[in-house]
Amino acid sequence: MRVRDELQRLEAEPRCVTAGCLELGGGTRTRGLSLSLSLSLSLTPRLLRPHSPQPSDKSRTNMTENGLLHPERVLTLDTMNPNIKRVEYAVRGPIVQRAMQLEKELQEGVKKPFTEVIKANIGDCHAMGQQPITFFRQVLALCSYPELLNDNKFPEDAKDRARRILQACGGGSIGAYSASQGIELVRQDVSRYIVRRDGGVPSNPDNIYLSTGASDAIATMLKLLVSGEGPTRTGVMISIPQYPLYSAALADLGAIQINYYLDESNNWSLAVGELRRALEAARKHCNPRALCVINPGNPTGQVQSRQCIEDVIRFAAEENLFLMADEVYQDNVYAEGCQFHSFKKVLFEMGPKYSEKVELASFHSTSKCYMGECGFRGGYMEVINLDPAVKAQLTKLVSVRLCPPVPGQALLDLVVNPPQPDEPSYSTFMNERTAVLAALAEKARMTEEILNKVPGIRCNPVQGAMYSFPQIQIPHKAIEEAKEKGQAPDMFYCMTLLDEMGICVVPGSGFGQRDGTYHFRMTILPPTDKLKIFLAKVKEFHQRFTERYS
Amino acid sequence: ACKCGRSFTSPRLLPPTRISPRTRSDVDEGLQPDAPPGAMLARRTVGLVSRGGPPLTPRSPPGRSVQRMMAEKVLTVDTMNSCVKKVEYAVRGPIVLRAVQIEKELKEGVQKPFSEVIKANIGDAHAMGQQPITFFRQVLAMCSYPELLDDDRFPEDAKGRARRILQGCGGQSIGAYSASQGIECVRQDVARYVERRDGGVPSDPDNIYLTTGASDGIVTMLKLLVAGEGRSRTGVMISIPQYPLYSAALAELGAVQVNYFLNEERCWSLDVSELRRALADARRHCNPRALCIINPGNPTGQVQSRQCIEDVIRFAAKERLFLMADEVYQDNVYAEGCEFHSFKKVLFEMGPEFSSTVELASFHSTSKCYMGECGFRGGYMEVVNMDPEVKAQLTKLVSVRLCPPVPGQALMDLVVNPPQPGEPSYSTFIRERKATLSSLAERARLTEQILNTVPGIACNPVQGAMYSFPRVTLPARAIREAEERGQAPDMFYCMKLLEETGICLVPGSGFGQRDGTFHFRMTILPPTDKLKILLSKVKDFHQRFIQQYS
Repeated sequence: MRVRDELQRLEAEPRCVTAGCLELGGGTRTRGLSLSLSLSLSLTPRLLRPHSPQPSDKSRTNMTENGLLHPERVLTLDTMNPNIKRVEYAVRGPIVQRAMQLEKELQEGVKKPFTEVIKANIGDCHAMGQQPITFFRQVLALCSYPELLNDNKFPEDAKDRARRILQACGGGSIGAYSASQGIELVRQDVSRYIVRRDGGVPSNPDNIYLSTGASDAIATMLKLLVSGEGPTRTGVMISIPQYPLYSAALADLGAIQINYYLDESNNWSLAVGELRRALEAARKHCNPRALCVINPGNPTGQVQSRQCIEDVIRFAAEENLFLMADEVYQDNVYAEGCQFHSFKKVLFEMGPKYSEKVELASFHSTSKCYMGECGFRGGYMEVINLDPAVKAQLTKLVSVRLCPPVPGQALLDLVVNPPQPDEPSYSTFMNERTAVLAALAEKARMTEEILNKVPGIRCNPVQGAMYSFPQIQIPHKAIEEAKEKGQAPDMFYCMTLLDEMGICVVPGSGFGQRDGTYHFRMTILPPTDKLKIFLAKVKEFHQRFTERYS
Repeated sequence: ACKCGRSFTSPRLLPPTRISPRTRSDVDEGLQPDAPPGAMLARRTVGLVSRGGPPLTPRSPPGRSVQRMMAEKVLTVDTMNSCVKKVEYAVRGPIVLRAVQIEKELKEGVQKPFSEVIKANIGDAHAMGQQPITFFRQVLAMCSYPELLDDDRFPEDAKGRARRILQGCGGQSIGAYSASQGIECVRQDVARYVERRDGGVPSDPDNIYLTTGASDGIVTMLKLLVAGEGRSRTGVMISIPQYPLYSAALAELGAVQVNYFLNEERCWSLDVSELRRALADARRHCNPRALCIINPGNPTGQVQSRQCIEDVIRFAAKERLFLMADEVYQDNVYAEGCEFHSFKKVLFEMGPEFSSTVELASFHSTSKCYMGECGFRGGYMEVVNMDPEVKAQLTKLVSVRLCPPVPGQALMDLVVNPPQPGEPSYSTFIRERKATLSSLAERARLTEQILNTVPGIACNPVQGAMYSFPRVTLPARAIREAEERGQAPDMFYCMKLLEETGICLVPGSGFGQRDGTFHFRMTILPPTDKLKILLSKVKDFHQRFIQQYS
């Protein structure tokens, strides 16, 4: 019982315990006891448990015969990896879970003020009805079932690509493991693609690592970078608003997240002055070593100018920061006058002073652009100026996971080596590609236009990527009601929008935003007619919501 | 905070980031007197592996830490994540890098005493010429290119499966993200498979998590389990010899590896008394919370008896350990009298005292068994008795990586829901499956038989899985020469075997072994005729080697 009292005392004053070795009974640990105790070891347990204000009762009240505390389970919320508890990923967070629940209820015939849930929470093109590129899928079918190579229904260029990929696979099968870094042939094709894209800047296949989507590579690079303790702990600069993979990976790794704010009033542009402010503030408590940039922006849709990229590179060089360029939306540029510039290209155009020094990892994926093949989890990263010894460590690290999925590698090969003008599939490929990109450009324009007509919603142009991130005015009374419910005001707004209209968007608080401002992220991916309905519903809802809480 | 660089005796002996490779091995030496034999061994072998063959990382020159002050690079081996540096993965380690290099040299016309490299280092069935299951690949082709559904070349059952899978996908495309936990209908099929396999023990699709190969599931579970600092740091019990994914993941997570030794004299069986010994030793310096079992065994090929599994479960229940059962070879059982028993089934047969308390995660994959589809990275884990709050955390954690590759999920579905009697593809499927499994059984026998005719090689029966792990007796002179070169003796042996015969095996030190014993792991996957050549080459080499060093 003494122990239990002790525990209750600790529970009542969690902050009086510092993380580390807390032992009762002169260092003789009693199992069960130590498990319960470690719940009090986290620095601020209550902050970490937003959805469960109380640790499970049973873990504290269950007694063994000898009267000792005996939690039911080995692994509980209180004894699990504390870093994982801090991970948040709003894009698939509570609002999406609620959306799925509503869908189930609709299926079961429950009456709702809407007949379907429209999900605009995630950049999932095919789920929104976008059709795959015929050529890509033909080659993938041939790779899956090579007997089809004898079939005359497939064009010759598709067959050639399939043969070429299969020859590069162990035993001529996509069912074999590939090299850990990825199939050599695919890495060579990726390199050639980059050289073409960047106007001849050389690329070395040895610097290409194929990955399981871009997320995998980003998390891997961050993992390499994290070291130190206390004030020497690695800090990583990320934009706010950000794509929450970054904050999630940093929480998972126990690294320090350093926020730099994009300038909403200047079309979400990145100002070096703000980078400097953030860096200086961070240097007081951690060791900032990396700077992440998402271009075109997610969730903010801006496309960085060449000048801006140069400034960022110069800043990284001066401040000795490792650059991470998330360029998965590189084909998704819609606004006139905007153009995608890769960090690699700009870096090399700045001359050897930079191109031989600045360490850069850039990321691409099969999930976005015109193909939108998220399910295949294909991607690559290119590393520049990486220390050869670190590169060997990276190769070793990725070898533990054996290899990225081979169908995704095959798909990536097609993305970087699509049909050429003299090949039979070229015209179909170009038609399909242009149609997808033109429709996206149209939807980007439409989204901006309609949202900006709503009083209380203000949205920057969607220059690129797949999202709009409008700012919304939330009435004071609504903010208060949200606070009473323990919700972020924009979460309250989005939940109400979902419950009343069947529309699923992600609150800005999941991406980060300036204090006192509220946003949501919506994709521009629903088909045009559905998107129109969608936007009209948002408009109607916003007006109703504003009236209700005024 | 980074949790690595911990030793058993004094966790904070030295700040990990400041340990140069040289001083680190000094720390290892200093650790030996107090550390349990298992720990010593693992650390020693790891060190030796890294010294064998062409080094993965160039040695740091002396005075590097001084140079670091002026270092050009942000990210160097001295400033990178020190846990990652400790990761070793022998299956794709230096010996395989050398094998790849030799293959290149052969292609370039360099003269060697052999004409091809035979890789028996990794369980990669297709790379060794095994043919995919026709039905699986037909369905995957249709999922990739649904236009093929109109093709009358495919049997109706294959079409039916493809339609069913596509209906489970967003926008009916395998290019859409799935739910983070995996496609619901696939999880349902997995649950039904588990129930059939386990003679009716219920399985809940909500407890099934689809994964990117089994490795991903194992690493994720370990990540959840790791907590605490110093003496309260999570310890995880793994078998020695082990599959090095475990040691690699534990090193990366900074968890404490707790070794228990399999009994080579009794066909690599697992004794509970050895578990008890390892646990008691480990409790002095860490908090052992999980027990990992690989059954059928990798690299050791034993199949656990039902009794043994019961004993392990009883032990885990009594000692409050989270059980992790790696069952990826569940169809690979060859020896007469042996049978695969899943931990889940035995757990439930032991009655509610156990089945309602013991926490268990079991893992399966598309990469092994009769299909050997490694490249698709398909897999699942089933969690039993997991705390619902932890489960919510697990679901959140996997959502950050969005979803496992969908083609791999589709394949997983086919594995758990293959053609049924009465369906048109049934007889072909069964014929292909049987042919593969009986050929593997034949090769398992052949391997054991031939290796045991070699004086100085002793090998247990390959009861299951895909590997033989024979013990090799090495002459004292060879051991000395290896030590002079800073190589583990079995690494020296395997390197020489590779250079002289072109045969690529993995030294036992990469898996862990009792001090003073030496082994290698070879797969039984090469086609029978090639396997015979391989075995006779190994025989010749071993005799030559013994003569040379006697």
